[in-house]
Amino acid sequence: MKLARVVAIVVVIVLIGLGGFVAFAWRSEIAAIDPPQPQSFDAALVQKGATLAALGNCNSCHSAPAGKSFAGGLALPTPFGTIYSTNITPDPDTGIGRWSEAAFIRAMREGVDREGNHLYPAFPYDHFTKVTDDDDKALYAYLMTRTPVRAEAPANDLPFPLNVRLVLAGWKALFFESGPYVIDRAHDPQWNRGAYLVQGLGHCGSCHTPRNALGAEERGQEFAGGEAEGWTAYALDASSPAPVPWDADALKAYLASGWHAHHGVARGPMAEVTANLGTVPDEDVQAIATYVASVMGPPSDAAKARGDKLLQQPGVHQPGTDAQTAGTQTIPVKADGQDQGALIYAGACSSCHDAGRPLPYGGIKLNLSTAVNGPDPSNPINVILYGLPAAEGQKSPVMPGFQGVLNDGQMAALLTYMRMTFSDKPAWNDLEDKVADIRKGDREMTVHAADGTSSAPANPTRQNTSW
Amino acid sequence: MVALTINGEAHQVGAEPDTPLLYVLRDDLKMNGAKYGCGLGQCGACTVMVDGEAVFSCVTPVLLLEGREITTVEGLGTVEKPGPMQQAFIEEQAAQCGYCIAGMMMRAQSLLQKNPNASDAEIRAHMEPNLCRCGTHMRIMRAIHRAAELMRSGAGTGAARVTGERGS
Repeated sequence: MKLARVVAIVVVIVLIGLGGFVAFAWRSEIAAIDPPQPQSFDAALVQKGATLAALGNCNSCHSAPAGKSFAGGLALPTPFGTIYSTNITPDPDTGIGRWSEAAFIRAMREGVDREGNHLYPAFPYDHFTKVTDDDDKALYAYLMTRTPVRAEAPANDLPFPLNVRLVLAGWKALFFESGPYVIDRAHDPQWNRGAYLVQGLGHCGSCHTPRNALGAEERGQEFAGGEAEGWTAYALDASSPAPVPWDADALKAYLASGWHAHHGVARGPMAEVTANLGTVPDEDVQAIATYVASVMGPPSDAAKARGDKLLQQPGVHQPGTDAQTAGTQTIPVKADGQDQGALIYAGACSSCHDAGRPLPYGGIKLNLSTAVNGPDPSNPINVILYGLPAAEGQKSPVMPGFQGVLNDGQMAALLTYMRMTFSDKPAWNDLEDKVADIRKGDREMTVHAADGTSSAPANPTRQNTSW
Repeated sequence: MVALTINGEAHQVGAEPDTPLLYVLRDDLKMNGAKYGCGLGQCGACTVMVDGEAVFSCVTPVLLLEGREITTVEGLGTVEKPGPMQQAFIEEQAAQCGYCIAGMMMRAQSLLQKNPNASDAEIRAHMEPNLCRCGTHMRIMRAIHRAAELMRSGAGTGAARVTGERGS
């Protein structure tokens, strides 16, 4: 009798708890609407939305290779399983055509879809919650005036219980703080505009902040460096590994054009970001650069002196001799020893990286390269194996990939030589295994940009360079 | 001395280990199929195959190649007996100035050897690194499709047909 009573009490408590959780986690459906007519939106609002969509890099995740822009279906590998991006064109059946403005704003603010389902934080509502209603309305106007595309996103591949969306309410209770950006009166409007864009729509921390075991950004470690799609997203705080310290001007130029002479060219997921930022007004890029530079803080005197010295150095290797008059062709330098890595560098890398041709079409001197000086070798491994593919239909930096010819041991020898020669940082460990992992595809890695984005600045007015 | 296996033949070459393969092919072995275009691995005129993969010989130091199977355009066939890839390029008259064509054939060969049923989209994606300044791309695409057909049907070299068609 007594035992039965205890069991009954426990069952009741569990049921109340479950019921309470469901009540807490439950979100109501917002009524479906007939897709609004594109003409019903103000053209200026749509234009503003286009800029905001570029600042938010929306097309990068919401477009799949060979798919239409915003039609979704891109596989996003996470440590928990694969999540597929959704169709955000106004198609009534497979897209967001039946979403009202209120439903769109709720998704951005709270990470809940029109039907009341919690969204996975692969959709970075932990950042988008900071976006103002006005900006959400402009984004809505822009997306609802795109061409509807009928495309059903594949089902997510997640294990139980992560495939139960109600569970996300618990994740949100632990890690998610909703609410718009609050202006910091200690800083000027430009800084605040930058902070609003970086922390909000730009969701820079999604890649550049480390994540905890449950996939949430670590509090107190904002911009300390993270990982995205098999690429290292370098620290944007005082621990930035850039050999020449960044400043606001360099950040602005890099973000708007995808390269900087002292830092190299954007690649991997960042190439898509800079391609989008190439289309937005200067003031916004300036604001982002101002804020990021303030997060990094002014460089120490030692770091600045070291950067200045690197820029004055002619390079560890002297430029090769011109072989032809065009100035693009140089005889490679000779290796200064019998080290395998040095020999590979001399025969495979030097003809571009020591030729002294200006960026973005010449190779950067590797002692200026953040990749060679960074904490993790993923980026240089990715770039050496797979190269920098050409952007479609426009000029862009190009680097050949060496996956067909360099084996894992040769890759490791080359990387060891580069690290030793072009950096004063400690050697990387387990290089051969890391190369093998990346080559096997155990870690998914994006090389080609998705359709609707490109790996070069999308704004042709920014491409008029003097060379 | 570096030991290289090119088109099935063993060669001993007195080259420095960091010398790019292209220089060894052209200067030491007088195999002039692979061309010097940019010297930067950006144009594809120097493309050869290493163990079946297309690589830019201008940025491939020979020390990487010992014990590996190198194939150049000379290894695809001869003037008298062109291989299916060469045959297809002749039949489609896919060369204008011809400078890029050896590289084009080698890159296409590396794809079709693995997948003779490659789709048009797969061929386009695979051929992306190789440039043609004459604008002969449509003919090159046709030639690659034709080469795939020849490979699938196992249609020998077709050399006799060429002489016949030319009627010279």
